[in-house]
Amino acid sequence: MKINGTRKSNLKQTVEELSGVRIDSCLKCMKCTSGCSVAKETKMHPSELIGLLKLGAGDEILKSDLVWMCLSCEICYGRCPMKINTASLIDALRKLAVERGTTTRKGNAPLFNKAFLGTVKQYGRSYDLQMIMHYKFGSGSLMQDTEKFPTMLRKGKMALLPPYGAKKTVVKRIFDTSPGGKGKIK
Amino acid sequence: MRYAYYPGCSSHSTARDMHESAAAVANKLGIELVEIYGWSCCGATSAHQTDRVLAAALPSSNLLLARDMGLDTVVTCAACYNRMKVANREVKDSAEIRCMVADRVGKEYDGSVAVRHIIEILLEDVGLDKIKKALKKSLNGLKIACYYGCLLVRPNDVTGFDDAENPTSMDKLVNAMGGESLEWPYKVECCGGGLNLTRTDVAVRLSGSIIDMAARAGADCIAVACPMCQASLDLRQSDIKKETGLKADMPVVYLTQLLGLCLGIPLNELGLNRLMVSPANIIKQIC
Repeated sequence: MKINGTRKSNLKQTVEELSGVRIDSCLKCMKCTSGCSVAKETKMHPSELIGLLKLGAGDEILKSDLVWMCLSCEICYGRCPMKINTASLIDALRKLAVERGTTTRKGNAPLFNKAFLGTVKQYGRSYDLQMIMHYKFGSGSLMQDTEKFPTMLRKGKMALLPPYGAKKTVVKRIFDTSPGGKGKIK
Repeated sequence: MRYAYYPGCSSHSTARDMHESAAAVANKLGIELVEIYGWSCCGATSAHQTDRVLAAALPSSNLLLARDMGLDTVVTCAACYNRMKVANREVKDSAEIRCMVADRVGKEYDGSVAVRHIIEILLEDVGLDKIKKALKKSLNGLKIACYYGCLLVRPNDVTGFDDAENPTSMDKLVNAMGGESLEWPYKVECCGGGLNLTRTDVAVRLSGSIIDMAARAGADCIAVACPMCQASLDLRQSDIKKETGLKADMPVVYLTQLLGLCLGIPLNELGLNRLMVSPANIIKQIC
């Protein structure tokens, strides 16, 4: 990845503040990358991401595939001799990617998150059926997995009706007081 | 033995079998699970990918309800367990996060409610001796690959569950039930559950490698303790077969379902009929 120009970005400082993770102690031992569950699938690797941030990489890094492919499996953190929590760092990059509009359509994780949290806000608990429909319509993946649906319904692995019983006022308060304003889920 | 029970959203959806089997086993072993009245979602992966404070606030509001009950919280879902433990750590370690969480929840929470997984309760509070005495049937040497996944064991300084690289809690329970727990290398690999809908191709490859490894280790079935792992390995097994050419069926059962069978609990009370890959062959051997 090319780092833009000579201007030093403050992205490193921003993600360190957002995540509470400090990366200066990285030894470049590559244990994060050798353990990473998705390293086989991604162009960007965790050790490379840390290295580029340290070198002053800017927003171009928010577009790297690892940002949305990371599974938060935390093998990187578990095996890091310096206890750098790369998974939490990537959570902060995701937040910035959504805020700065650099997300991609392929494997639309922000849409999934919005669909999931939308049902939590509405019912106090997640409602799979509505969440999946929201995601499928938004991502254009309507036909995927449709063959499983009847069996899942028959086996009681998918609830038709929305969940009930949660203290919705508390959940609503939590969402309403979140940044981004009342009722908005970014 | 009395606990505040947090079932989690999946217990009413994709993981009813997990909830049913845990409740039936608890009942049989004298573990009283008192459901937290008015519990709400822990936020799961979507909350921590979206906002750090939101991810701490949602579990905290539930742990505040448990605190009022004066009981330890018991969780059956590995993801809820993980999110609650992380929330406890966040509000304990950072005054700033604690204040922001209090602001959102409307009440101060100090991270003091103990969060425990049902596997921990079985091993530490009930104990293997008592479990062995209660058994009516044996697993009869069934070869079982115990699969722990990510969320129970990592980050280990936060969850404190067993060992991060080679946990043996489920293996101990399987062996106590007369099964043969296998030594295999993929106990704590990731099933790819987080990409199940968004990048199904990647999730299928990751889950496929786990089933393949269990099959090569000679497993009759895989035992799990996480609803995401169960869905990735069981619900997606038809896709895994298409993608990887895997031939034989690999039943993926909750550890509490195996324990329920050995305690003589009827099949329908354990939700075994809900599994996608039929466990009939392994049930036949349990007597």
